[in-house]
Amino acid sequence: MKNRINQKLAEDKRLLSIYFTAGYPSLHDTVKVIKDLEKSGVDMIEIGLPFSDPLADGPTIQESSTAALKNGMTTALLFEQLKDIRKSVNIPLIIMGYFNPMMQYGIEEFCAKCKEIGIDGLIIPDLPVAEYHEHYQETFEKYGLINVFLITPQTSDERIRCIDEVSNGFIYMVSSASTTGAKNTFGSEQQQYFERIEALQLKNPQIVGFGISNKETFLQATKTSKGAIIGSAFIKHLTHNGVDSIEDFVMTIR
Amino acid sequence: MSYQVNEKGYYGDFGGAYIPEMLYPNVEELRTTYLDIMNDPSFKEEFNQLLRDYVGRPSPLYFAKRLSEKYNTKVYLKREDLNHTGAHKVNNTIGQILVAKRLGKNRIIAETGAGQHGVATATVCALMGIECIVYMGEIDIKRQAPNVARMKMLGAEVRPAKSGSKTLKDATNEAIRDWINNPVDTHYIIGSAIGPHPYPDMVTRFQSIISEEIKWQLKEKEGREHPDYVVACIGGGSNAAGTYYHFLDEPSVGIIAVEAAGKGVNSGESAATSQLGKEGIIHGCKTLLMQTPDGQITEPYSISAGLDYPGVGPLHSHLYKTGRGEFYSVTDDDAMTAGLELSQLEGIIPAIETSHALAIFNDKTFKPDDIVVIGLSGRGDKDLNTYIDYFKL
Repeated sequence: MKNRINQKLAEDKRLLSIYFTAGYPSLHDTVKVIKDLEKSGVDMIEIGLPFSDPLADGPTIQESSTAALKNGMTTALLFEQLKDIRKSVNIPLIIMGYFNPMMQYGIEEFCAKCKEIGIDGLIIPDLPVAEYHEHYQETFEKYGLINVFLITPQTSDERIRCIDEVSNGFIYMVSSASTTGAKNTFGSEQQQYFERIEALQLKNPQIVGFGISNKETFLQATKTSKGAIIGSAFIKHLTHNGVDSIEDFVMTIR
Repeated sequence: MSYQVNEKGYYGDFGGAYIPEMLYPNVEELRTTYLDIMNDPSFKEEFNQLLRDYVGRPSPLYFAKRLSEKYNTKVYLKREDLNHTGAHKVNNTIGQILVAKRLGKNRIIAETGAGQHGVATATVCALMGIECIVYMGEIDIKRQAPNVARMKMLGAEVRPAKSGSKTLKDATNEAIRDWINNPVDTHYIIGSAIGPHPYPDMVTRFQSIISEEIKWQLKEKEGREHPDYVVACIGGGSNAAGTYYHFLDEPSVGIIAVEAAGKGVNSGESAATSQLGKEGIIHGCKTLLMQTPDGQITEPYSISAGLDYPGVGPLHSHLYKTGRGEFYSVTDDDAMTAGLELSQLEGIIPAIETSHALAIFNDKTFKPDDIVVIGLSGRGDKDLNTYIDYFKL
């Protein structure tokens, strides 16, 4: 069977992907959030595996991670919560998290569990391309997992081509030199970057993340890319409104 | 067995650069240039001149007569406490500010726990007229008011790290985030032999002046370059790395590392990383670190703010795993007692970090003709309040 991510990427539309932190706002909200996001028409979901020291994230995601850990979230519990998710949810599901908790679970065991549950891919910001390629690619592929790499405005064309070569799903385009949630609008610098990447004609489609917070930034980002990921803005919505109005949030973007 | 970093940035199983892509250009720029910069004759000249005229090097290698008599062995103290700013930290900040200048950076960031590295960084930034921002945990800012004032006097901005546990590891996270948000004009001066490659190696090389001097100083005093043992305290491990460096490949020299056991290794309040840690990833490198079974980094404890880091530099993890280093851990109580003892036997009030190394005599007996060099990494002025509270002075 073709990976759900590849199937989704083949659809003729701009994709809306949403990130949220597992176990937030309450420990057992994980499954409800996923189901409601799918019902609201979201195309893909990044499930954040919380980490104590999330270097690439801004304050919003860090605080949600700290809260989720305080709630009692663990890797094993996340897998337990997700064990029946494929009975009701069909859109691609990606786990996004830092490498240390995965290492401690055991990389092989982690990947096997992802396959068993029906996770389609992983985003691991602190696992560099070279390490992945040398030590982990074989294992990820054995379990049918797509690993997604990040690029930034500072990434050289040469390195982007190398990342494109190793990737087999999409490339996560970080919108600006920043941690998550740091920007509210895109300026000419971002536009130039979006256009530069478009001109590279990469084999993998790109999805833009970091700094997508509303309809305006979503439309701007998807002018030249396949889709966009919203994280911090959705977490803020959950913080202020709880889990009962997820559809309202998605409606403001679409 | 090699104790040098390999071309991929590893010491055996430890090291590497586990960094988000946002940091890749900065770290890569440093990785591809640091050795050329450091080996450039004009760099060496400027570095050595500043170490001599500004820091006050060479630091003395002092034969501690009364301490030697008490423990019936020959103890030398490498007096890094006599450096400008009061500790070994400045060797590294001088080196890195010169690297930053050659890379054309005009903004410096740093993390600090107790404030010693922050002060050493603020000092060299003042010296070079470069903007300086120091991240410090909100809790540490309250605990270390004099060092906060020093940094401010030196013209640095001290930014509180309010995330997580609000201490050193969170200050490090905030500094890394700052670097992600300012990728072009900023250099991050990491204060210990930790972080993504090439930091552990670069910091170790800047600190290696310590063991370089020990060799010729000991030759002058004892007619031989190699002591029987070198002893140092380890938090992240920059002072230890510098104290060991030139002896790593000399098997006749015993390498002794002293970690902070806090209230006892198994008390739940400890920073003895080699005993309690497991292999994992912290701040961009694979090393031993204290963590939950689920891989969340835990908060260490030590009475010494400079040793309560949940990880240890990758070189030291390698020394531990290969058995090249002998690792000990010393409790708060034993360290404080050893600090008081040195004060009264030799008239030297050591930093509490250093006091841990001095407590080695509780755990290990040396032979009468052994030459034991202890890295006296810092002076105790900054710790006076802790000593006062502890001993009710």
